[in-house]
Amino acid sequence: MSDSLARGIEAMRAQMDSRVMSYMSSCVHCGVCAEACLFYTETGDARYTPIYKTEPLRKLWRQEYTFWGKLAAGMGLCSKLTEADLAGWEELVYDGCTMCSRCSMVCPVGIDIAYLIRKVKEGLAAAGFSPPDLVEAGKRALEIGSPMGVTLTTLKATIRAQEKETGIEVPLDVEGADYLCLFSSGEIAGFPEFIGSLAKIFKATGVSWTISSDYFEATNTGVQLGNGKLAATLVERVVAAAEKLKVKTVISPECGHAYSTIRWDAPNFIGRPLPFKVVHIMELLDELRRDGRLKTQGVTDERLSYHDPCNAGRRGGVLDQPRKLMNMVAPNFVELPETGDMNWCCGGGGGVSSNERADELRLRVFSAKKRQLDAVNPTGLVTACSNCRHMLEDGLEDNEMHDIELLGITELIADHLVEGHG
Amino acid sequence: MFAQLVDGIFWDIALWVFVIGVLWRILSIFRVRNKPDYSVPRGSAFAGAIGANLRRFLPRAEIGYRTRLHVIAGYLFHIGLFFLLVFAAPHVLFIKEQTGLGWTAMPYWAFIISAQIAFIGLMLLWIHRVSHPVTRLISDADDHVAAILTFVVMLTGCMALIESFEGLRVLHRFTVELLMVYFPFSRLMHAFMFIPSRAFTGAWFGRRGVKA
Repeated sequence: MSDSLARGIEAMRAQMDSRVMSYMSSCVHCGVCAEACLFYTETGDARYTPIYKTEPLRKLWRQEYTFWGKLAAGMGLCSKLTEADLAGWEELVYDGCTMCSRCSMVCPVGIDIAYLIRKVKEGLAAAGFSPPDLVEAGKRALEIGSPMGVTLTTLKATIRAQEKETGIEVPLDVEGADYLCLFSSGEIAGFPEFIGSLAKIFKATGVSWTISSDYFEATNTGVQLGNGKLAATLVERVVAAAEKLKVKTVISPECGHAYSTIRWDAPNFIGRPLPFKVVHIMELLDELRRDGRLKTQGVTDERLSYHDPCNAGRRGGVLDQPRKLMNMVAPNFVELPETGDMNWCCGGGGGVSSNERADELRLRVFSAKKRQLDAVNPTGLVTACSNCRHMLEDGLEDNEMHDIELLGITELIADHLVEGHG
Repeated sequence: MFAQLVDGIFWDIALWVFVIGVLWRILSIFRVRNKPDYSVPRGSAFAGAIGANLRRFLPRAEIGYRTRLHVIAGYLFHIGLFFLLVFAAPHVLFIKEQTGLGWTAMPYWAFIISAQIAFIGLMLLWIHRVSHPVTRLISDADDHVAAILTFVVMLTGCMALIESFEGLRVLHRFTVELLMVYFPFSRLMHAFMFIPSRAFTGAWFGRRGVKA
């Protein structure tokens, strides 16, 4: 057995808990999960069946934890997990799965298949079978602090530009602020107006906030890769930045993956509770709305719809808040069919967006989103995830759906803000 | 001689293998602990676990049409089998003899309907398994052995209704014993494991405030 295979097997063995084993023991191979997966429904390729993507883990479980498997392995009657198995599953797991969890919502016996796929990723990453782009993103995250290589200098330049545009100072390294805001690199590079929008809203609502120059990245490439060690290292940086500035709450920006990671997974990566509260920006804005601090004026005539980011909505529980916020400014709001906790993924979650070799497949499966949009014909599509927004932009462009404008919900609210209600 | 073995020692062995095997499987799964979840919950894990166990009996509307065959055939098979197992007159009599507990058996016509429903469901599921690209890809020998064994048990059960022929009753009981021995080591364990499986997922999503 090669070293890399041994590392992969050991990493997967370490994932075997009673939850994984219950799932393995309850699957009846019914194939219902395939019907919820955009990679299967849009390509018709059975290999994209979600439970099939967990086959390396299942094979190991069968050999080491089941009666027949142990018997067959002992008698040399079954093929053992090989390096070729892991190599063969790399594309299925990293290119053909966005970890959107739609399959997890429909399994008749209740298997959280995305949870299992995350465990498979641990094995593949340990064995060295991960997409080169993601591996590089991981290196940049570790060395530069951003998977896209966004530096503090870039952030400062972006902040200055936003300060100039809004006329509002963006607080950097303010000790004792109530909130520390993180950003995804994609947000800083692609949608810098998010920072300006936050500045406007927080000034109007009297929220004390800051950004840390030590660490400002919200995303966690360790999660996308399936590298728990890297994930924990990146989480510790957030913890250190928050502790240094003595903030009470950390704000996850418009990024589903970042929210799911820092809100739900982060304490488990580092093995202790976080010393601060975590809120998604939608949760905070909705709280400000409820308290009467966030007030808007005027409405948009646009026929807006909302795309639920999988990790913020289905896997994060932020489902009602964006709708309540939309309700403040968009009277012509129209829901997409199959929305909320059953929304179709943008196609770029789980690290797929950072994996260039998956681009063609990602754009092909955008047909699921196109079908949703065609059903209600919105003039604008709002979301609360910069990664989704990038992917939606790509998909709309690829399908020549130029009539649909893409918006971030924070900007939408900021554009209708009644200022001075702190 | 064979009938004596089937009604005697074979039954005892099958029963013990079944009971100890199922318990061993369940205990061996729960012996491996889950890591603690340090995140601050938004909702109740317990309510999520219960809710998921109930909700997953019905398919999500969003995929209802695409999975109509699974749902219809699955329900036909499981409902038919449940009625055969619990309310078939010979089974009611057998359970009363073994435990002293008795209840009203279903009439002959209801047995026939239950059997037909169960057979149709099982055959549809198996045809789907061998003909659909997805199920063909993900199915293994265990799936087929479990389906064939169940089919044989049901078939011999119907044949055993010709009560004047003792041999058919013995044959049915023997196939049941085979099924009971196979059960703990096979995918048939889903009959028990779906409960913790749904509970784990429901609890995980429930902590996040999502109804899974």
